[in-house]
Amino acid sequence: MKNEWPLWEIFIRGQHGMSHRHVGSLHAPDAEMAVKNARDVYTRRNEGVSIWVVEAKHISATAPGDKGPLFEPSESKIYRHPTFFDIPEEVGSM
Amino acid sequence: MYAQLIKTARSGIKSREEMSEQEREFQDKIDNDIKIEPRDWMPDDYRRTLIRQMGQHAHSEVVGQLPEGNWITRAPTLERKAILLAKVQDEAGHGLYLYSAAETLGESRDELVRLLHEGRMKYSSIFNYPTLNWADIGAVGWLVDGAAIVNQVALQRTSYGPYSRAMIRICKEESFHARQGYHAIMNMAFGTPEQKRQAQSAVDRLWFPAIMMFGPTDADSTNSDQSMAWKIKVKSNDELRQQFVDQTVPQIEYLGLDLPDAGIKWNEERGHYDFSDPDWSEFFDVIKGNGPCNVDRLKDRVAAWDDGEWVRDGLMAHAQKKAAAKVAAE
Repeated sequence: MKNEWPLWEIFIRGQHGMSHRHVGSLHAPDAEMAVKNARDVYTRRNEGVSIWVVEAKHISATAPGDKGPLFEPSESKIYRHPTFFDIPEEVGSM
Repeated sequence: MYAQLIKTARSGIKSREEMSEQEREFQDKIDNDIKIEPRDWMPDDYRRTLIRQMGQHAHSEVVGQLPEGNWITRAPTLERKAILLAKVQDEAGHGLYLYSAAETLGESRDELVRLLHEGRMKYSSIFNYPTLNWADIGAVGWLVDGAAIVNQVALQRTSYGPYSRAMIRICKEESFHARQGYHAIMNMAFGTPEQKRQAQSAVDRLWFPAIMMFGPTDADSTNSDQSMAWKIKVKSNDELRQQFVDQTVPQIEYLGLDLPDAGIKWNEERGHYDFSDPDWSEFFDVIKGNGPCNVDRLKDRVAAWDDGEWVRDGLMAHAQKKAAAKVAAE
């Protein structure tokens, strides 16, 4: 156990993907091996064109208990979804 | 492939009144099909059950490489050999996904592997059967991965998010394996009389072990109730086994092979095939460690781990040296 390889989180951007998506994790001694293994495990069937690996200990996550205060959709702040302004037809599409 | 006998709660299922506030909230999520995620609160027994089930599932993928790996150097054509290599590589990947998913519950992979090596965690009973001829490799793909798919498609709806997502990924690849295996068996069943005889032999020997993969009957599966209430399991062992038999019997008939069980008969009334019970004493014997290959399988895994220790340590030492050099350079 003393020499356990650290855990890496793997992010891949697909062929036509706009951004990297988390696809899973793996153990590897260092970043280089993590990339090699991610290539073999997660992109063998054309799944992607770019790989990011991040050692899991560097990731901080939100707590499930904070869901309310953090992600409340702010329904009261209607000005964040301004879909209701009438624009005069004369000015064309906007 | 997956776990067959899992102890869940020791205390039986709690009624709503017996549950704490937290437990009630948890059960509400389960009942509303909201997936449980790693950082969510969960009952200790739910966590423990999942660690065991996912860990054993992962172990099965890894140990499952051995019976098929047995034929890599002896595959009869280059095409079949390449297919087999790719398949065994997939199984290694499945083990990796499942260990990662199990680790989100707070248990380390090395610890799970240690428990396997000490015989304190199990793997699927099916991998304790030997692969005696080339047709067995086809039959393993078709029947064993076929049984795995039936089970794993159901597990795609399991309540723990990381497990469910791992199943979605794995099922895609497992279905290639089943088709490749069936294709290999087709070649043999429609080949020379000797090839056909080998195909029949493989089906005869692997049929009962394959239907045992679904675990004991519902009547004997004392641990299922809690797993069903928590939606870790979404279908019972017997339901899944029936589904597998119903889909597989026509596949055997298409090959022109004899059914491996004289008790298989279409039951018009039920709309399902009837079939004979496997020898359950054999099943319990195998999962206790007394099957044909249990000793060898574990010996091979432990040897690979022990003999590989200096390589793992070397890679780690190299990584640490490189990291230190990088810090010094900055």
